[in-house]
Amino acid sequence: MGESGYLAAFIAVAAIATFATRVIPFLFFERHTEHPLVRHLGRYLPAAVMALLATVFLQRSADWSGSWVGLDALLPGALVVIIHLWRRNALLSIAAGTISYMAIQQAGL
Amino acid sequence: MNQSVFRLTLPILFGYLPLGMAFGVLFTTQLDYAWWTAPLMGIVIYAGAGQILAVSLLAVNAGLLEVFIAMFVLNARHLFYGLSLLGQFKGAGWRKLYLIFGLTDETYSLLTSRPRGSDRAHEQEVDFRITGFNQCYWVAGCAIGALLGDNVAFDSTGIEFALVALFIVLTLEQFKALGEGFPIWLGAAAAGVAMLILPPAHQLIGAIALVTAVLLFEYRKHRGQAPGKESGHG
Repeated sequence: MGESGYLAAFIAVAAIATFATRVIPFLFFERHTEHPLVRHLGRYLPAAVMALLATVFLQRSADWSGSWVGLDALLPGALVVIIHLWRRNALLSIAAGTISYMAIQQAGL
Repeated sequence: MNQSVFRLTLPILFGYLPLGMAFGVLFTTQLDYAWWTAPLMGIVIYAGAGQILAVSLLAVNAGLLEVFIAMFVLNARHLFYGLSLLGQFKGAGWRKLYLIFGLTDETYSLLTSRPRGSDRAHEQEVDFRITGFNQCYWVAGCAIGALLGDNVAFDSTGIEFALVALFIVLTLEQFKALGEGFPIWLGAAAAGVAMLILPPAHQLIGAIALVTAVLLFEYRKHRGQAPGKESGHG
């Protein structure tokens, strides 16, 4: 499989997976919207998955062996939390965190 | 009608253009693929966090099964959006397929919060146009960002942190909407356990399985204690 073949397959798979999450309720759950298990998962799963993704990717962006022992990512992460709780503007929070992380990485401390 | 739809979707325009541009810049600075692949992904995949995650998956040439699972799980929240729109989309005919395809976080929040009249067919036409307008904003953002990333030279080291920042923001938003910390701590703890005992390639899937298992266990426990009663968490 060549590089463009891989890219085409990748996009197709990503598109199918994304569409699946949106169409499945309409295909299978038309009769089960009020089921308490569906409501329980609907209430808690999205928040848990977001926290899980944030944790995993935050850990992966940090350098745990250098002199910063993880603070190179933990500090920008904390900045995102503080700015978001303060202004609640998603783009501002993301920009502040990303720019501070880029500054730390590029300074090569 | 288009004018009122445009006014309704204006906040989404201000959100999607910059976020789409961030994806586009990330795409062309991190990867060697043609710039137009970025707007193409905006057309056929159409998922903000999903496409940004896709950049990091493309960068490591991830296997297609892993791509499927990662994208499905990241977008799993959409499963629950559909559940609350089953009635609203009923009888929308050929438009229904596109309404479902375009059900992003922002479109969902707009469709479920806007005032609705009694003319069902008309309201579904408005829903349809809102969805279309929003996707246009997103694709335009992806294209502009990709062209910028390709033509303006700058040191992009560390720009991939945008994904982490996005996940943190979405977690905070979930927390505010829910008003309870329990699922947040559960997700973070499951990620911690998975990172301690599993190799990196299996950590995401392992943590998801753990979270789902705990939620199912919890559901059974509460059902056992108070059958038929809405359960709350302390």
